[in-house]
Amino acid sequence: MRRIITATVHNRSGVLNRVTGLLAKRQFNIESISVGRTETEGVSKMTFVVDVEDERKLEQLSKQLNKQIDVIKVSDITDKQIVARELAMIKVLTTPQQRGELQAIIEPFRATIIDVSKESMTVQITGDSDKVDALIELLRPYGLKELARTGVTAFTRGQQRQQTEMKPYSILN
Amino acid sequence: MRASAEPKPTTDTKPIVKTGADLLVEALIDQKVETIFGYPGGAVLPIYDALYRAEGSFDHVLPRHEQGGIHAAEGYARVSRKPTVVIGTSGPGATNLITGIADAMMDSLPLVVFTGQVAKSVIGTDAFQESDVMGITTPITKHNYQVQDLEDLPRIVNEAFHIASTGRPGPVVVDIPKDISATVYEKDVQSEFHLPGYQPTIKPNPLQINKLREALLIAKKPVVLTGAGILHAGGSEALKQFVENYDVPVTSTLLGLGAFPGDHHRFLGMAGMHGTYAANMALYECDLLINIGGRFDDRLTGNLKHFAPNARVAHIDIDPAEIGKNVPTEIPIVSDAKRAIDKLNELEPAALDHQEWMEKLENNKQNYPLWHNESEDVILPQYLLRKVHQFTKGEAVVTTDVGQHQMWAAQYYTFNRPDRWVTSGGLGTMGFGFPAAIGAQIAAKDSTVVAIVGDGGFQMTMQEMSLLQERGLPVKILIVNNQALGMVRQWQEKFYDERYSHSIIETQPDFVKLAEAYGLHGYKMESVQEIDEKLDAILNNDKPAIIDCRVVQLENVYPMIAPGKGSHEMIGVMKP
Repeated sequence: MRRIITATVHNRSGVLNRVTGLLAKRQFNIESISVGRTETEGVSKMTFVVDVEDERKLEQLSKQLNKQIDVIKVSDITDKQIVARELAMIKVLTTPQQRGELQAIIEPFRATIIDVSKESMTVQITGDSDKVDALIELLRPYGLKELARTGVTAFTRGQQRQQTEMKPYSILN
Repeated sequence: MRASAEPKPTTDTKPIVKTGADLLVEALIDQKVETIFGYPGGAVLPIYDALYRAEGSFDHVLPRHEQGGIHAAEGYARVSRKPTVVIGTSGPGATNLITGIADAMMDSLPLVVFTGQVAKSVIGTDAFQESDVMGITTPITKHNYQVQDLEDLPRIVNEAFHIASTGRPGPVVVDIPKDISATVYEKDVQSEFHLPGYQPTIKPNPLQINKLREALLIAKKPVVLTGAGILHAGGSEALKQFVENYDVPVTSTLLGLGAFPGDHHRFLGMAGMHGTYAANMALYECDLLINIGGRFDDRLTGNLKHFAPNARVAHIDIDPAEIGKNVPTEIPIVSDAKRAIDKLNELEPAALDHQEWMEKLENNKQNYPLWHNESEDVILPQYLLRKVHQFTKGEAVVTTDVGQHQMWAAQYYTFNRPDRWVTSGGLGTMGFGFPAAIGAQIAAKDSTVVAIVGDGGFQMTMQEMSLLQERGLPVKILIVNNQALGMVRQWQEKFYDERYSHSIIETQPDFVKLAEAYGLHGYKMESVQEIDEKLDAILNNDKPAIIDCRVVQLENVYPMIAPGKGSHEMIGVMKP
């Protein structure tokens, strides 16, 4: 299962080491991790994308994170209404003749060109991971010279749609 | 000149000239620390200078190796249930403490470990005696700090004591760069703290308590498993009441021994790899398993597939991460063990009767008791342990290393009182038992303390005999000497076709002469006839003693659940 977990942490030296060390020690597989400051002084937010086997492993992950003194709050936001974004920079090999063609490809993705040289162009894209993947695949045939992704960072939406566990039943079937 | 040993009043508004190390010493006095286990060195020179100025405030115990010091601190912490202070210098001082820190982490012992560090200006330059203490200790501590600013020091010390001793206890490391402890500071500093990320749940959820009670009311075959959490919480008396109220049998983990009286008729003996038949079968057959303060270690459960297959599992633990970690749990109760048991006891008593179940277990106890070989000549280690129990009336504090002697002690030294059993359970550390006995003796001055050690483990930390000599501590060291690393040898016999690879150690020091070299009395016991007279004399006086007791080399610990097997698949249950 791919899950998105966020943790708010005290921004103290060693906290990133403690958290990633813990995940490694307990054999959790991290796909990506992003860390940054928040609106509160001294508090940072970590967003992990992890691949866990089952619910029990997931529960352990959240409990082990919570157990850390500098971790203030852990949330699994995968099943919530969320906005998740990742930024990628893609350096693509291009001849001057191909520039227009590439421009046309990236436009529907609302990506932008942030650097151009004789043999290459650098594209910046922001979006959820699937969108980033899709653009990368489209650009791959041109030749990817360099690729860097930030990893996902995510929020829950300001308003959560009502969610019920009940499945809609009908007496007719 | 030495300054007064009196702590300086904290309300004094006049600026006081003091160094970081003085602040540390004051914070330790505020925490009512009585004993410090420490070893000086370059990076802690300012701290040792402050200790010198505060002479008389603490009893400073100087081991002969840092590892001995921290194991002694563990023994002190386990018996006193107080957070215990360890000091080591930077580099090798700190790395020598690592085994003890990891041991305390596994067995939930409250240590506050101060390590010196090179000056802040040279951290990261591979300076003399520099080691990355934060990096090394992060995975084996409940929490760790490096003091970056002198102003933070008193707050960090208070936080460290709070974290080490509340919730699930554990070791906290505070790494103090030398320039911080040496800096002179002239104004008062803050020592209050606020830890929003650390709020242990100590009161049980009433709904879950009711759920457990309901489960108890319908269970036909309940069993209680006691873990060390009961000892940390001081819940033994409450437990006795609970067990009577609900008419349930009790078994224990290795570390939980003593939480419930070993000679009580409801006690089935220890469970697990070398547990009794009655205890392991109770776990296998029960329909309700109530684990109080244990963590379902693999040495207890055996193969998880066969563990308590028909049971609803209730688990009371102060650490939520332990619940559901190894065994799926239907009734999770996050709480201090004593508070949870108290809540159960407060509920209206139920007239429960598990006669059929109790009778079955009693039959198991009678038909399949622990057994061992006997001899009228050579000493069987199990017999020896029974004798130690007899001559100390089961009242002694017993410490051990890891291995055969540890299992025999657990099986045959019946613990009837809490906080008398100090052993390295989770990490399984050789060389733990003897120094731990020193700490235990300092904490329990009037108790008989017996270090039951193997000949292998004793040789790992025996330099601490100096402490017995220096302090006249009446620790009795009983070397269960089979001239082998017994448990390793046993596994080689059972699982490696008797290929005894490097597990037989026939070259040994003369332990009697060694004792004499340290100014102690050494004894040797080689035959059954000597045991009564010698043990009685040695255990019932107030002098330290080292007893080299030669036991049968090829003796095995039984019964046993072989690795990968379930708790119902014990071997060696009956005498062949």
